Amino acid sequence: MALTTESEEKIKQLIDKFQNKPGALLPLMHAIQDDLGFVPEEAYPLVAKAYQLSIAEIHGFVTFYHHFRRKPSGKNILHICRAESCQSMGSESIEQYCKDKLGIDYHETTADNTLTLEPIYCLGNCACSPAVMINEKVIGRVTQSKIDQIITESKVKA
Amino acid sequence: MSYKIYIPIDSTALSLGADDVYKAIQDEASQRKINLQIVRNGSRGLFWLEPMIEVETSQGRIAYGPVTIDDVPSLFDAEFYLGKVHSLSHGLTEEITWLKNQERLTFARAGITDPINIEEYEKLDGFQGLKNAINLKPNEIVKIVTESGLRGRGGAAFPTGIKWQTVLDTPGEKKYIVCNADEGDSGTYSDRMIMENDPFVLIEGMIIAGIAVGADQGYIYLRSEYPDALKVLNQAINIAKEKGYLGKKVLGTDFNFELEVTRAAGAYICGEETSLLESLEGKRGMVRYKPPLPAIEGLYGKPTVVNNVISLATIPIILDKGAKYYADYGMGRSKGTLPIQLAGNLKKTGLIEKAFGITLRELLYDYGEGSATGKPIKAVQVGGPLGAFIPESQFDMPLDYETFAKVNAVVGHGGIVAFDDSVDMAKMARYSFEFCAIESCGKCTPCRIGSTRGMEVIDKIKSGVEVEKNEKLLRDLAETMVHGSLCAMGGMTPFPVISALNFFPKDFGLEKTDAKA
Repeated sequence: MALTTESEEKIKQLIDKFQNKPGALLPLMHAIQDDLGFVPEEAYPLVAKAYQLSIAEIHGFVTFYHHFRRKPSGKNILHICRAESCQSMGSESIEQYCKDKLGIDYHETTADNTLTLEPIYCLGNCACSPAVMINEKVIGRVTQSKIDQIITESKVKA
Repeated sequence: MSYKIYIPIDSTALSLGADDVYKAIQDEASQRKINLQIVRNGSRGLFWLEPMIEVETSQGRIAYGPVTIDDVPSLFDAEFYLGKVHSLSHGLTEEITWLKNQERLTFARAGITDPINIEEYEKLDGFQGLKNAINLKPNEIVKIVTESGLRGRGGAAFPTGIKWQTVLDTPGEKKYIVCNADEGDSGTYSDRMIMENDPFVLIEGMIIAGIAVGADQGYIYLRSEYPDALKVLNQAINIAKEKGYLGKKVLGTDFNFELEVTRAAGAYICGEETSLLESLEGKRGMVRYKPPLPAIEGLYGKPTVVNNVISLATIPIILDKGAKYYADYGMGRSKGTLPIQLAGNLKKTGLIEKAFGITLRELLYDYGEGSATGKPIKAVQVGGPLGAFIPESQFDMPLDYETFAKVNAVVGHGGIVAFDDSVDMAKMARYSFEFCAIESCGKCTPCRIGSTRGMEVIDKIKSGVEVEKNEKLLRDLAETMVHGSLCAMGGMTPFPVISALNFFPKDFGLEKTDAKA
């Protein structure tokens, strides 16, 4: 899939912005993802050329980090914490409930494109487990009814 | 007449609806024509009471919690804004036993004020440590830190002063201070709390570190899972710059210090210091060989202090009150205090800063009041996903680095996750391997491959396939990982696995009764 002219322009602007910054790849990839919602593979050659790196290095970098998405997400992203503290408070049943209710597994998006489901390993909200994060908002002591509410709201926000 | 009310903006308080409570209180107040002055403060870490709102009275601040939007009308009916009694009232905040019995040094200010109000920070002894430090020679600062006995609070417990001394003694035009804020251990949130609730104390600690070792650039490597902390830190850094604490000529001295936050990208391994440095340099977070130590060849090959948030945030009080003041807390070689985080299946969870030496039982039952589900606590995991599972028979151990090390457990970053008796420890052991497989950087074979093989071996044991042979294989694999991995990811994943196997063999379907330690 080719980049739109607009996306390509944006990526080039960001490449210029971080050109002289030490350790540029980390802030650059965040900026691209914040803007486009993911890091398109078509950006790799542009970055590689500007920063004198190989495309393989860019690919290696992006794929190392769980945070960077290589394809667009749904309009909302629901992260479910899978770590120990949340497990001790029943996160597994929350996980299953979400998957069943949405009919998708982790790293998948609902057919209506409203919600992408992702695992996450600790939100630092371990005093109020189980926890999930909808977009950038953390929700503590999650119950099935709170999940219902999140899903309903995400359809409205879509 | 206006009444002063505090409603927290800490992300755990927000995760329980603190913003909704804030809006409901504002609406109710305007309907009743009551003039409130609302301060969005941090959290004191009494998370079982969050959202906890406070009212300023002539006697002190009075706490109400946990408050939901449904409680708001009745709070107004009771005239809570005058500090009057309500069923959610807990009296004076400072007198709540849970808080009163703590020894808050690093967390002295957290939750009291608006986190980014720098004048309030200064009023509460903020920047006193820095003001002392600028009148000392670098050597003298490092000596104070060494004498305080402070050890790395990220988990490795390496003496902070010795690390600083190495960086100070290594010649170099350019040196760096790197704050490890990649707090990925489940059950821990003290770094997050410092960054969201008292960001200036971290900034102050980093400036002092810079003066001490001769570094003029600092980075806070912050996990991407903490968007609220990112906002607060960036605001606080800008404010500190405007006030002359950061940038060129700090407080009119010849010392310069620049500070910025770098967002990490969701890799647990980047909490390991060499992997963190690789990531900060814009590379894959692959673990480096040591030596060379980062203190000698760290970021971009330059001498670098890499310290955890809590270690750095503890520096200001040590420089303010002196090494002895800090070292007088604690026991043995574990000096000072530890911000302990109670998490998981407990009735009362939250932050407890105490001198080293408190026992797990006191923490779990006196503070935690037992499990949230009301069932017996079967095990706790201390120190994150690489920490051992500890059975009830060891709950009387005092929390200190050496005592824990003796039983192959770790204090780590001070997080305690409790599990009730419904937990399947074989499943937890399998999860430890799964987590390692997901998060391994892939450099060392025992970690990269062993984690996946470990899951398979546990599956075989659980389904009764050649049980004896596979148990032996599992122990052998664990030993290979311990000795054949460069860092703690592969080297410590066996800790939870083997502790689960030793203490809870029944959960693995092994024909032994669960061992007493």
